[in-house]
Amino acid sequence: MSGLVTTRAPSAHRRETQVGESLLVRVLLIGVALLFLAIFLVAPIATVFGSAFSKGVGPYWAALVADETLDAIKLTLLTAGISVPLNVVFGVAAAWLISKYDFWGKSVLITVVDLPFSVSPVISGLIFVLLFGAHGWFGPWLSEHDIKIIFAVPGIVMATTFVTFPLVARELIAVMQAQGNDEEEAALTLGASGFAILWRITLPKVRWGLIYGVILCNARAMGEFGAVSVVSGHVRGLTNTLPLQVEILYNEYNFVGAFAVASLLSALALVTLCVKKVAEWSVSNRQAKREASQRALSVPVRPATSLEGVSP
Amino acid sequence: MTVRVEHIVKRFGSSSEVAAVADVSFAAEPKAITTLLGPSGSGKSTLLRLIAGLETPDAGRVFIDGQDVTTLSPQHRNVGFVFQSYALFRHMSVAENIAFGMKIRRLPKSQVAERVAELLGLVQLPDYGARFPSQLSGGQRQRVALARALAIEPKLLLLDEPFGALDTQVRLELREWLHSLHERTGITTLLVTHDQEEALELSQHVVLLNHGRVAQAGSPHELYDHPADEFVASFLGGANVLKSRVSDGEAKVGSQSVPAPSGARDGTPVQAFVRPHNIRVRLPNGDNPIDLGKIERLTRVGGYVKVYVSLPTGESVTVLMSKVEVDKLQVEPGDAVAVDVVDAKVFVQSYSI
Repeated sequence: MSGLVTTRAPSAHRRETQVGESLLVRVLLIGVALLFLAIFLVAPIATVFGSAFSKGVGPYWAALVADETLDAIKLTLLTAGISVPLNVVFGVAAAWLISKYDFWGKSVLITVVDLPFSVSPVISGLIFVLLFGAHGWFGPWLSEHDIKIIFAVPGIVMATTFVTFPLVARELIAVMQAQGNDEEEAALTLGASGFAILWRITLPKVRWGLIYGVILCNARAMGEFGAVSVVSGHVRGLTNTLPLQVEILYNEYNFVGAFAVASLLSALALVTLCVKKVAEWSVSNRQAKREASQRALSVPVRPATSLEGVSP
Repeated sequence: MTVRVEHIVKRFGSSSEVAAVADVSFAAEPKAITTLLGPSGSGKSTLLRLIAGLETPDAGRVFIDGQDVTTLSPQHRNVGFVFQSYALFRHMSVAENIAFGMKIRRLPKSQVAERVAELLGLVQLPDYGARFPSQLSGGQRQRVALARALAIEPKLLLLDEPFGALDTQVRLELREWLHSLHERTGITTLLVTHDQEEALELSQHVVLLNHGRVAQAGSPHELYDHPADEFVASFLGGANVLKSRVSDGEAKVGSQSVPAPSGARDGTPVQAFVRPHNIRVRLPNGDNPIDLGKIERLTRVGGYVKVYVSLPTGESVTVLMSKVEVDKLQVEPGDAVAVDVVDAKVFVQSYSI
């Protein structure tokens, strides 16, 4: 979860540095790193896919198209489909506010944005139970009006939104603060309204940061377990998202089913990484291209900048 | 087409004691380039941003073309603003950048295209419309920024250290170019700079700022020859500062006696500001050896030589002489020389420094 904000590839033209370590030390360090990766990253993913296909493709497919699993997929898509757009709107608004304006309580807002990251997801779920559950603050009022939030879809959406709340905002705040305010001010003096500035200047400027934030937000929204587990109530076919479905199947000793569903989530993670890589690559590639063409330009630029021939 | 500010005050943050701009009033000459000159932190950029509406004043009023625009939002002031950082829209091509203000004003497409082509010609980048800002050199970017600001046919052009980020060669070229551009467009222009040479070369009217206040306003010539105070004298053109005392209504500066400021009584300590070209060095010729100075160092800058001389009073001065003069004298570091002050400006010593 660390490095979410700052992993934009700065490596377009990295130079070899002479750190001066001996071959033995280098081999040792690289070996340790690879071993660590193998144990903690590669092995688990391999296990997931291995177990999922342990009885062949047929049982795997059957596990995926089981009614309960399909319902879980639908609910997961619905949850992400609601909470991701909500967080995009909130993230853009918060990032805009934090990076463009100075106001009283700004540092408090920045801290609050990060709150869902510092709180355990289980606590995040409990907060909603305490607010909207049968014995919660709004519980009596809600049951009077026959509105179900906890142990129902709205609670799952709310918990997911809460947990994934910082992802878009943090990404955009970093990008916007790095890019500064000059272009917006220039647009302002050229007569653009606030909305025109947001739409034509700021959003195009931060679009890769936004895409990156949305990808991460989506991955987390689909994969969230802790908070959703608390508010879901595990009603089969109704309030089970994919991660919860994995747990249920596993507890029922249906290993092929559990790992088949888990393989879906793993695949989602891998796709997310690929999209993220492509986004980064397209940014750095474009930058490199422009820098290259600028370098090529910088020599014969003189005739064009020659200021002769201007008749007053 | 004129701009006027009256008693404008701007404070930042809660540090209410220090005002970035403290009670500034001035008027810019219509159709001319007026320079806001000052050291960094003098409030000159803030003043420009206040005129553009990018900052809101705490007190005072801003008039553009006789109209009070103090509460008018920047979108409606119709002012062209050029930033030191260029502030080009990085995701738009050069042509799109220039067209932006016109698109916001919903001008017909054909008219926009025509005007973009015209402006590209004006800034001498006719074939650069399809390029992106990152493909341009600094000087080219700043010219695009100028074209973009001019596209909205502003009443007023505000330039915030426009050449500050460029190297010397390009800066000199652009200065020339801006001068001829202004002659052609005749648009009232306010230029913020800390570069006095830029100010003296480009503008007919200079407002010199210090600590958020106007130190002196007038023609470059007036400021240079008749500085109002020590700050103006030392900021413009550079000067040697020599200590002296008033006696019989005069202050003795080196070999020269200069009229003391009016009202200064005998014995008042004064500071004399002597321009480096207003001191001459010559070989001793029957002078009392006690009055002679010693050459510390000679640095040759093109056709000129900077001569660093330590005076018998312990003070040291920089003298600017032509290469020809110095070659004739045939002096070297360590030589004793006589120092003549040709002209000096004397101020009663302020205790704030």
